[in-house]
Amino acid sequence: MSSLRSITLATLTKDIRLEWRSRDAINSMLFFSLLVVVIFSFSFDPNAEESREIAGGLIWVAFLFAAVVALNQTWARELRNQVLDAYRVSPAPANALFLAKALGNFILVSVLEAVMAPLFMIFYNLRALGPAWQLIPVAILGTWALVVNGTFFAAMSLRTRSREIMLPLLLFPISIPAVQSMVEATRIILAGDGSARFWIVLLLTYDVVFTTACLALFETILQAE
Amino acid sequence: MKRAFPILAVFTALLLAYAFYEAIWVAPMERTMGDVQRIFYYHVPSAWTAFLLFTVNLVASVVYLIERSPKADAVALVSAEVGVVFCTIVLVTGPIWARPVWGIWWTWDLRLTLTLVLWLIYVSYLVLRRFSDSSQTPKLAAVLAIFGALDVPLVYFSIWFFRTQHPQPVIGGGGSIDPRMLHVLLINWLAFSCFAVVVCWWRYRLEMLQRAVDEAESLESLMGVPQ
Amino acid sequence: MNAVKYLWAAYIATWLIHGIYLGSIARRYGRLRQRMKDLGKREE
Repeated sequence: MSSLRSITLATLTKDIRLEWRSRDAINSMLFFSLLVVVIFSFSFDPNAEESREIAGGLIWVAFLFAAVVALNQTWARELRNQVLDAYRVSPAPANALFLAKALGNFILVSVLEAVMAPLFMIFYNLRALGPAWQLIPVAILGTWALVVNGTFFAAMSLRTRSREIMLPLLLFPISIPAVQSMVEATRIILAGDGSARFWIVLLLTYDVVFTTACLALFETILQAE
Repeated sequence: MKRAFPILAVFTALLLAYAFYEAIWVAPMERTMGDVQRIFYYHVPSAWTAFLLFTVNLVASVVYLIERSPKADAVALVSAEVGVVFCTIVLVTGPIWARPVWGIWWTWDLRLTLTLVLWLIYVSYLVLRRFSDSSQTPKLAAVLAIFGALDVPLVYFSIWFFRTQHPQPVIGGGGSIDPRMLHVLLINWLAFSCFAVVVCWWRYRLEMLQRAVDEAESLESLMGVPQ
Repeated sequence: MNAVKYLWAAYIATWLIHGIYLGSIARRYGRLRQRMKDLGKREE
């Protein structure tokens, strides 16, 4: 068990260090996230009353697009240097690789969200009428829901034609209950309209189910390359 | 076994004709909706058949992952394809029914929305099968099918709860059903189930032929140009 | 009674979709049988 943790950690820190050295990828993703927020602001007039209704949906759609852009980068580097083949023959458990990739993506997407969320709040003059602290578990659980399946499907898409479109194509349908939960929870919290508890619990269930599924089946996918 | 197929096909055609007759002439007219309600006898059996086929796909996918049997993979492919066809019919007949009765094309009706999500998941399944490198397709597809199946209860609960928060019209009529209508519904379901079996069988034979031809052709190119 | 048009539309749409799918299977069958025949010819 400790070997799983140490390998995961080692892979994760390697990835972070690599990303940090070539900050181009992060910078362009940050700029992309900013652009998404601005375009949404032009398209969906941030009139105070309606904006609180749709802000929940808007912000998560924006996050979703930013996440897909980030996720598509995730395996590209591994492919370039044939690192995947090395992983396949090593005795290291495949889970460690998956966990490291998923955590790395989670950190990356969270950074993007940390940039986009305040911008949304500014452009839309958002104030949470409900318990604002609840937005934190929603953000964490929701981001993990997108990232865990996104990392998995990105790995599945590696050997397919049109790899970049294959990822969102596979991810979006499966993510529907998660996205609905995030959007509804955010809407409820911002509008102060009842309790978001059901949606948070559903998100948690989604995360548990699919994290387990990804960990159980990643080995199969890795061998399939 | 081979002779059974045309016999089943003819029997199914007759059963479908009979079921159609029952749906249009025998079934009693619904009080509030009138004759349009008869779409119900095509809409609901198609939904049940689609769900059944997707269940077959799940089982076949799990079997494939355990046994690595090419036949299981073929069954998975066939059931997914035919399932999508029936699913499409549900999504087309639903709005056609909703429009004259409730004045709207769409509503976040539980069955209809669940069918839409299933349709999306299985279309993505078929796209994956088409776009991926053929040697590994069965394994990837099987994994995706399992993910899809895990998703279904979550989709169900999210739609169900959403509907309690935002009440919507129910397409397909909730509540108890007239036993004569139930009878016609079941006949149509039987007919469409047999039809699904016939179509799957035919599609399966096509798939086996396809694989045989592919194998023969690649063998031929391996042997090189004929002297 | 305008509503009955929708009933026919639904039934026709159903069989149209089934028909298109079955037609595509039949067409592929024909093409595959042709390829099989060609393969057999090349063997000789």
